[in-house]
Amino acid sequence: MNWITNYVRPRINSLFSRREVPENLWRKCDECGTMLFHRELTENQNVCTNCDHHMAITPRDRFDALFDGAIYAEVEVPEPIADPLHFRDQKKYPDRMKAAQKKTGEKEAMLVAEGEIGRTSVVVAAQDFGFMGGSMSMFVGNAIVAAAERAVETGRPLVLFSAAGGARMQEGILGLMQMPRTTIAIEMLKEAGLPYIVVLTHPTTGGVTASYAMLGDVHIAEPNALIGFAGARVIEQTIRETLPEGFQRAEYLLEHGMLDRVTHRKNMKDELVTIIRMLTKQTPPIKGDLPAPEAEAATSE
Amino acid sequence: MHYLEFEKPLAEIEGKAEELRAMAHGEDAVDMEAEAKGLDKKAESLLADLYKDLTPWRKCQVARHPDRPHCRDYIEALFTEYTPLAGDRNFADDAAVMGGLARLNDRPVVVIGQEKGTDTQSRLHHNFGMARPEGYRKAIRLMEMADKFGLPVVTLVDTPGAYPGKGAEERGQSEAIARSTQKCLEIGVPLISVVIGEGGSGGAVAFATANKLMMLEHSVYSVISPEGCASILWKNADKMREAAEALRLTAQDLLKLEIIDQIIPEPVGGAQRDRDTVLDGVGKAIEAAIAQFEGKSPKELIKHRREKFLNMGSKGLAA
Repeated sequence: MNWITNYVRPRINSLFSRREVPENLWRKCDECGTMLFHRELTENQNVCTNCDHHMAITPRDRFDALFDGAIYAEVEVPEPIADPLHFRDQKKYPDRMKAAQKKTGEKEAMLVAEGEIGRTSVVVAAQDFGFMGGSMSMFVGNAIVAAAERAVETGRPLVLFSAAGGARMQEGILGLMQMPRTTIAIEMLKEAGLPYIVVLTHPTTGGVTASYAMLGDVHIAEPNALIGFAGARVIEQTIRETLPEGFQRAEYLLEHGMLDRVTHRKNMKDELVTIIRMLTKQTPPIKGDLPAPEAEAATSE
Repeated sequence: MHYLEFEKPLAEIEGKAEELRAMAHGEDAVDMEAEAKGLDKKAESLLADLYKDLTPWRKCQVARHPDRPHCRDYIEALFTEYTPLAGDRNFADDAAVMGGLARLNDRPVVVIGQEKGTDTQSRLHHNFGMARPEGYRKAIRLMEMADKFGLPVVTLVDTPGAYPGKGAEERGQSEAIARSTQKCLEIGVPLISVVIGEGGSGGAVAFATANKLMMLEHSVYSVISPEGCASILWKNADKMREAAEALRLTAQDLLKLEIIDQIIPEPVGGAQRDRDTVLDGVGKAIEAAIAQFEGKSPKELIKHRREKFLNMGSKGLAA
């Protein structure tokens, strides 16, 4: 210990933290470039207040906005074996996993929860594009199977928010095998007569689109979400043509009959409730931001 | 004979032997023949050496070998009364997917497979084995027919992947693949699948979600092509050797991972060097596989597929 360590360090630290503040408080819209105040952006569910661009939203923020009073219970997902192929590209797969976990604070690329939306019991699964591009791993497959099993067990509909570039390459064939595995999960719901609603968010491509994301009873997409099988660049190289504007965007897919609806994030909850309650022959919904069921029960007592 | 890049030394020796034989005449003929025979022997042992331990990237090259028997060859050799059935009843017939009714040893079955074509004209006609949504929807229709009439389904997988095209996207390539995989899981008849060359990603899954999935010894089945994987993860398409290694796409690795159920051996030097042996081996394997599921109820068959795929991935490769 000497006076230098005592004196100099705090100054350097304060300098660093001061520099970090603006980055945390303001976020630039990827579409129109407007600087958005983070609290306002969060309140608007990560939709740009200037141009309505739908930015990525984490599963937890999505759940908070969706479930009544932001109350939900996570559904446990069976843990698959780690790094089954001992995969290594420029980095080792376990190192990429650790980096993704650190970045997102989540274990993997999908979260499953159950609770009530608009007083309607549901199971909800949400894919996290921030976690290795949301890629479909064995864990993601397990999450969808677990979500379907939970839905069947409790007789609840399943709502799934998709967001991924495709199967996780670092799990090789096991990533690919999540296509049939997740399809089996959807089969379980079908047999139980339970609604399965897919909300396709930006971006949903590759093996994810070619399995559970295109097998819903109802397909809803967020505005301007990129949805497709092959990447636009690969297509352009193959057919040697430039693709039309808006190609593989939600509105384009709607026009080509692949989606039922394109819905703004702020209206998503009400729309889901409306559809689910009709499909399950329940009474018309009470719309709006409802308090948590527990809170309401407490006040009425 | 088409030689692959790693077969170049072999091409030299075989070429020399051929030259010697062409030059042989008069009194030198006997000596030259002896020398040529020596070269034959050398070529034979080199071939055995080259194919003894193929690297994953070399396997990819063998799996794509232009002289390798294709779907059409298997259908012609193994089945009788093949009656192609066309169209998806919605938009078009897709020539990348062959399929119809046929008899395997007198037993009626539905056979479906991807055909790559063998020369420029037929390759273009079959779109290099890359199916469009119509191809998958044709397969769905044929699987439904098989289910309705209780016929086993045999699928032959050989595709670089689903076609990446504008129209294909507009007509729902993803949805078609998803529905085809779903149909594979739903039918109450045995579904037997053989990867005869390339099992390219989702385009292969749509056909290969089977009760029994077999692969030829030097065929490959992968989530992405090694070139594609290299350009994404290594940011350099020339790293395909490393990518092929990392992806574990060989029949041998996939058997260890319990993704496939059986490997069908190929003759030394690959299927392209002795087509009859390969055709025969595949035929016998398919027959045995169908017999294995004979008498099982639709419910049992569906349950069998489900459990098989749900359990998949419980085992990794040993360290």
